[in-house]
Amino acid sequence: MKKDKASAPAVKVDKKAMRARTWKLVKKNKMVYLMILPVIIYYILFHYKPMYGIIIAFQNYAPRKGILGSPWVGFKHFSDFFGGYYFWRLLRNTLMLSFATLIFGFPVPIILALLINELRSKKFSKIVQTITYMPHFVSMVVLCAMIRQFVGSTGFITAFFTNFGYDGSNMLSKTALWIPIYVLSNIWQGSGWGSIVYLAALTSIDSELYDAAKVDGANRWKQTIHVTIPAILPTIIIMLIMRVGQIMGVGYEKTLLLYNDGILEVAEIISTYVYKMGMLNREFSFSTAVGLFNSVVNFILVIIANQISKKTTETSLW
Amino acid sequence: MAKKNLDLMDSSPKVKHSRGENIFNVCNIIFMVLFMIACLYPFWYVICASFSRSTLLMGNRHALLLPLGWSTAAYDRVFHTATIWRGYGNTIIYVGVGTLINIVMTLLAAYFLSRRELPGKTVLTIFIMFTMYFSGGMIPGFLNIQQLGLYNTRWALLLSGAVSTYNLIIMRTAMSGIDGALTESAMLDGAGHWTILFKIMVPLCKATIAVLVLYYGVAHWNAWFNALIYLADDDKGKSLQPLQMVLRQILILSDTSDAGVGDADVERLSETIKYATIIVSTLPILALYPFLQKYFTKGVMVGAVKG
Repeated sequence: MKKDKASAPAVKVDKKAMRARTWKLVKKNKMVYLMILPVIIYYILFHYKPMYGIIIAFQNYAPRKGILGSPWVGFKHFSDFFGGYYFWRLLRNTLMLSFATLIFGFPVPIILALLINELRSKKFSKIVQTITYMPHFVSMVVLCAMIRQFVGSTGFITAFFTNFGYDGSNMLSKTALWIPIYVLSNIWQGSGWGSIVYLAALTSIDSELYDAAKVDGANRWKQTIHVTIPAILPTIIIMLIMRVGQIMGVGYEKTLLLYNDGILEVAEIISTYVYKMGMLNREFSFSTAVGLFNSVVNFILVIIANQISKKTTETSLW
Repeated sequence: MAKKNLDLMDSSPKVKHSRGENIFNVCNIIFMVLFMIACLYPFWYVICASFSRSTLLMGNRHALLLPLGWSTAAYDRVFHTATIWRGYGNTIIYVGVGTLINIVMTLLAAYFLSRRELPGKTVLTIFIMFTMYFSGGMIPGFLNIQQLGLYNTRWALLLSGAVSTYNLIIMRTAMSGIDGALTESAMLDGAGHWTILFKIMVPLCKATIAVLVLYYGVAHWNAWFNALIYLADDDKGKSLQPLQMVLRQILILSDTSDAGVGDADVERLSETIKYATIIVSTLPILALYPFLQKYFTKGVMVGAVKG
């Protein structure tokens, strides 16, 4: 594709020739287009077709009538949702859970990576890594089962806090404990694994930078502040943008496996509400509308985060 | 312990540590030891509980350092629970066939996206990347599976995530890193795209492919939500359920009846059965993991190059 600068204007003038050239390339490589065909079909069938299916959010969808035959209702489902009893509660719960996981969960892998990086023994550092990555490999169902056992009325974590005046009942039945349980178990499962990407960034720092800092009399703390953290900042920012992209999609799998009717008031989030209304109550159009609201907010958040980061730090996803 | 700690700190004896640094090193090591205990203890508790005598475990509310008594009755039950083995069988199918589909599709897509000169590459990249940030959502996805006639079949679980866009980017990055001269000279020798992909790209990207096999494999192993919404709650659906859905039945919905069909013992054993079930379902992956660790971590690093 790359052309010499001298020939660039000629290409511009002769669009026809360019098109012919492109066509020739396509013909010459037709096998590769055949190879990519299943992938394109997959993305159309399993990603773009469901996007087309979103239009049922503006209909009263009836499975028998299909998408084309169902009556249109405009924004009715959206106004029902925004004006409904649950809207603010769901939005608050979703944002609270998201920001709690972000604020408390996001820094832990970074701190862990910095501390692992400071370990002087390679062997010990390897052991620490192997062990802290382990919880990542516990499946969501098993993790939630373990949480339910440990903080249930007979669980050892409950028993532990009973020593300090806790009343000893199932901790998952307390609205005030929902977010702490969710966030702490996230940290337990994800911190070690999350530190890998930062450790990778740390190993790629030029050691000359440290030598220079040492010559300037910087101790380890100062080296961390002035060399290490600036060096891994782009990684931190990329990870942060990616996390922002998950704000509205925060852990519905985990919530579905952990919550109970007693704490819906704090635990029900938009995505679990979509599951309930859609899959259990079969209100397809309404729940699609709620889901669409969620996806759109999410999409906007990713774009905003990416733009902010592009402007301020020149690090971005695209 | 103290002596050990000193050894741990001093792998570079030439460097003199200030007092503050030594204090930091000791605190750091103590913190790491505590963190590791926090990571491991839940597993240890589950192991102890699963081997405990159920009557003793029921009376106990405290943390365990060793099993209370010794009993393998719960394992006996679990090993004789047909649904667990059926779930295992299904999960092996989903992991095996599903991962194979994943890898082939990812290779095909990554090959195209890594070729510099092909027309349509930019459009296709946007076409694929867009799905990372926007999707139809749960309900249109579910209705789509129904419309495609995949509802309540294995194919719903095998095909619905045939390509992970994130993994595709990892693969593309690896293939882009291969010297273009290699593929060009192969082309001059008359090699087609299939030959280049399978004779040049695949052997050269072996390590990345290994990483993706693990990523896809673990994802299939852990998946349960698609099975919840894409499989019906009837006999056919149940016969297709992966292990994680069976676990959900036993561990989350506390339905241990399959473990003994109305046996009076089951009630008594139900707690230890849960713990034994966790061990039986988690042990294979935890036992394999240390051997595969370097591939997993390598994958994270490759992925971090270009999120």
